[in-house]
Amino acid sequence: MTESDIQAAIFDGLRKIAPEADPRQVAPAANLREALDIDSFDFLNFLIGLHQRLGVEIPEADYGRLTSLSALLQYLAQKLTRAPAS
Amino acid sequence: MPSLGADMTEGTLVQWNVKPGDRIKRGDIIAVVGTEKADIEVEVYETGTVEKLIAKPGDKLPVGTPIAVIQGEGAAPSAAAPPLPPAKPSERVKASPMARKLAQELGVDLEMIKGTGPHGAIERRDVEEAAAKLKEAAKPTEAPAPAAAGMRHAIAVAMARSNREIPHYYLSTQIDMSAALEWLQAFNQKRPIENRILPAALLLKAVARGLVLVPELNGFWADDRLKASPEVHLGVAISLRGGGLMIPAILSAQQKSIEEMMAALRDLITRARAGRLRSSEITAGTVTVTNLGDLGVETVFGVIYPPQVALVGLGKIMERPWAAARGMLGVKAVVTATLAADHRATDGHRGAQFLQTLDALLQEPEKL
Repeated sequence: MTESDIQAAIFDGLRKIAPEADPRQVAPAANLREALDIDSFDFLNFLIGLHQRLGVEIPEADYGRLTSLSALLQYLAQKLTRAPAS
Repeated sequence: MPSLGADMTEGTLVQWNVKPGDRIKRGDIIAVVGTEKADIEVEVYETGTVEKLIAKPGDKLPVGTPIAVIQGEGAAPSAAAPPLPPAKPSERVKASPMARKLAQELGVDLEMIKGTGPHGAIERRDVEEAAAKLKEAAKPTEAPAPAAAGMRHAIAVAMARSNREIPHYYLSTQIDMSAALEWLQAFNQKRPIENRILPAALLLKAVARGLVLVPELNGFWADDRLKASPEVHLGVAISLRGGGLMIPAILSAQQKSIEEMMAALRDLITRARAGRLRSSEITAGTVTVTNLGDLGVETVFGVIYPPQVALVGLGKIMERPWAAARGMLGVKAVVTATLAADHRATDGHRGAQFLQTLDALLQEPEKL
């Protein structure tokens, strides 16, 4: 899976919970939840969507690291490199 | 036309989900009604057969107007709208006949006006002033989109009424969340991501249990007395992405396990934001919980949703210095819980007992 595939999965997930926003406009290092006004429920739903689409396990202890688009991309890319989705 | 909120006066039938001859049972969704805030799915309150549909999609009707005839099981057919909820206190707004007539002509809501006549009665000049202010506020450059305007109007009416009628008192306490979060972390560690529980659900569970133990904060103020509810229908303030908020209720929250509470909350938030709430959820709330912790708010000073008698506010769970044993200072995860309560129904002493109870419950999360 390429970085652009992962980015597409992230953007699709964000569009589902914040349909009025354009995630492409969010700066890579910006706080994603603040930028798109995402509450903890929507954020959990977003992570569930990524887990289901990419097959990546996301432990609760890692939630705090996934604050920005760049952090998410890096995290998911590392996970997929280690354990590619079937 | 069912009443889907304390301040709803009319609604628009959006669609029928049934046709004459259909068998229906209590709880079935038979129609969708548009209110100022959102489209709401209307449940039927009896089992039987649809005999006749009176209202047509697009009809705008006053609350209480029959919209269908349902042949109940073993009963004669009767024209009926779903029953009105016990949500509105019976006291009428005091106003002179002239003021009432003028308000109707000018489209002014008397609930929004503070009267200057004898005993606070609304007089003609009060209505004229209110109409002038409305006109000023409705200038095109400041007008929001129609849906947003309806939402804001509905919130304005309810909150203005709350501040006008309810003598609020406020209490606040800080609760050590260490035990609750440790328990939750261990609980979640064994579960797939789809089944994990958020701290918000645990807090709601504790609030529901606390209200069983302090029932005077759970119910309505109506007919000049407190009508406590045996069931905790937990109204949850849910912000909508387009602005505004809905307060649908988790029904019989005191009976739900932590997993059921999380599932109910997820379901309610999803449907609130998709505009698919049910009438029973909109009208049943016996108390409201507002959690603004996600936005970094430390302390919530809420406005009670009338005719309820209490609102519980929850802030962000954050690390704070906390006195430990032998005069030492440690750092703990702490949430600030607040109570806005109706002083006609309870006193600060009882309110304080509720917050104390909430604190105690959260120290033993495994027992929730």
